Amino acid sequence: MSPRLMLVTAGRVLRQVRHDRRTLALLIVVPCVLMGLLAWIYADTPVFDSIGAPLLGMFPFLVMFLVTSIATLRERQSGTLERLLTLPLAKADLVGGYAIAFGALATVQALVAGTFAVYALGLDVAGQDWLLIVVAVVDALLGTALGLFLSAFAATEFQAVQFLPAFVLPQFLLCGLLVPRDRLPDVLHWASDVLPLSYAVDAMRTITVDASAGADVAKDVAVILGFVLVLVGLGAATLRRRTD
Amino acid sequence: MLKNPPVGQPAIRVEGLRVVRGGRTVIPGLSLEVPHGQVVGLLGPSGCGKSTLMRSIVGVQKVAGGVVEVLGLPAGTEPLRHRIGYLTQAPSVYTDLTVRENLAYFAAVVGTPRSGIAHEVTWVVDMVDLGSHVDASVGALSGGQLSRVSLAAALVGAPDVLVLDEPTVGLDPVLRRDLWAIFRRLAADGATLLVSSHVMDEAVRCDRLLLMREGEFLADDTLAGVLASTGAADAEQAFLALVDQARDRAAAGGTTTSEVSS
Repeated sequence: MSPRLMLVTAGRVLRQVRHDRRTLALLIVVPCVLMGLLAWIYADTPVFDSIGAPLLGMFPFLVMFLVTSIATLRERQSGTLERLLTLPLAKADLVGGYAIAFGALATVQALVAGTFAVYALGLDVAGQDWLLIVVAVVDALLGTALGLFLSAFAATEFQAVQFLPAFVLPQFLLCGLLVPRDRLPDVLHWASDVLPLSYAVDAMRTITVDASAGADVAKDVAVILGFVLVLVGLGAATLRRRTD
Repeated sequence: MLKNPPVGQPAIRVEGLRVVRGGRTVIPGLSLEVPHGQVVGLLGPSGCGKSTLMRSIVGVQKVAGGVVEVLGLPAGTEPLRHRIGYLTQAPSVYTDLTVRENLAYFAAVVGTPRSGIAHEVTWVVDMVDLGSHVDASVGALSGGQLSRVSLAAALVGAPDVLVLDEPTVGLDPVLRRDLWAIFRRLAADGATLLVSSHVMDEAVRCDRLLLMREGEFLADDTLAGVLASTGAADAEQAFLALVDQARDRAAAGGTTTSEVSS
């Protein structure tokens, strides 16, 4: 493993995105538009203030999951992955490079969406505003890590795109947004305990209702970061130099 | 650039290589030795196992049996990755980056120090004659230019062994001649090249030919040797004659020609 090669790889991935202006614009603008739409739907009701924060965590997660899945799949299909695997690049350098590059994009995206939600849309939570943004960044990182790991199992674009309904929507159903997790049937409650998105929504809910819940939020953030590390590690471990 | 090849040790050694893909035996048992500095042409129709053999040599192919060594080390092992250049059959570069950005990235990956990257990029870009397109986006290049960018990416870091899968396919005759001149120059500098093609007339450019069909070598000789032994006028006719001979032998003896250079 070489930090230099990891950074060089991250630089290359960011350069690719920079050449794709429309993707860059979509990455930054879409979560803001969705938050704006949400605020508009619930105008003159208190609902936006109660579900705005959890969804602020959800949108960057979804977008980064998709973008990362497709980017790594493209690397594999273009033959560049096969070339890289014959070169002195550790698997961790490649996966780490992707994680750094998309992590940086995710950070910008979550910062912009969070700032927009709080200052332009007036999202009002009990806890500190900056905590919202921190959790949104961590959620976006989680999307990147999940995309990096799962795309290893997608052989085609069709499969990669369907991993969203297959692996992300169940987490959305169980994360406590539709029915609070403690009111789910036991089996589903246990399942939701091991799904990372549950912790993202828990953290955002805590910030929404509790003015002094820094410690609880920190615990959730630590769990999510743990998932990120494990998923990135698994992503590197499941990459095979030799294929059929 | 000559890196003192160890005396007596071949650049590439393959012994009893067996590859099974999707339940089908693609290579039943191949053996091969390539000495340093040789330009070896691997010729045969599409689907005969050329790419599979090359992937085994660069260490990205799962193999079912046998030994594959490059520069005395097991294929695909870490110390070899600085010393082997691999050109995949389909161009494998980033189409959304410029030529320079692509080559600078691959140069960094093979360990070129930061201060030497610009120089390395200029060197390979000149070699494949893409100097005027160095800041063009690769996606905007023609098919021939795209394959040259991919070739340039295999040449960064001046590897000791180059495994080139159909580097000249689809290129015009002038460009093909120029590329073969590059390959000869690299070999003169001490590199070892294994170059595949399904175009038999590339045979005249190689020091040695491996004619391959259905995962086996029909011949392993110089062009002159192949022509003399078959009485054919060119490589293509020689190949056809060898295929006929193998078929006759199989029909007569009921055995296949799997005992290759043992």
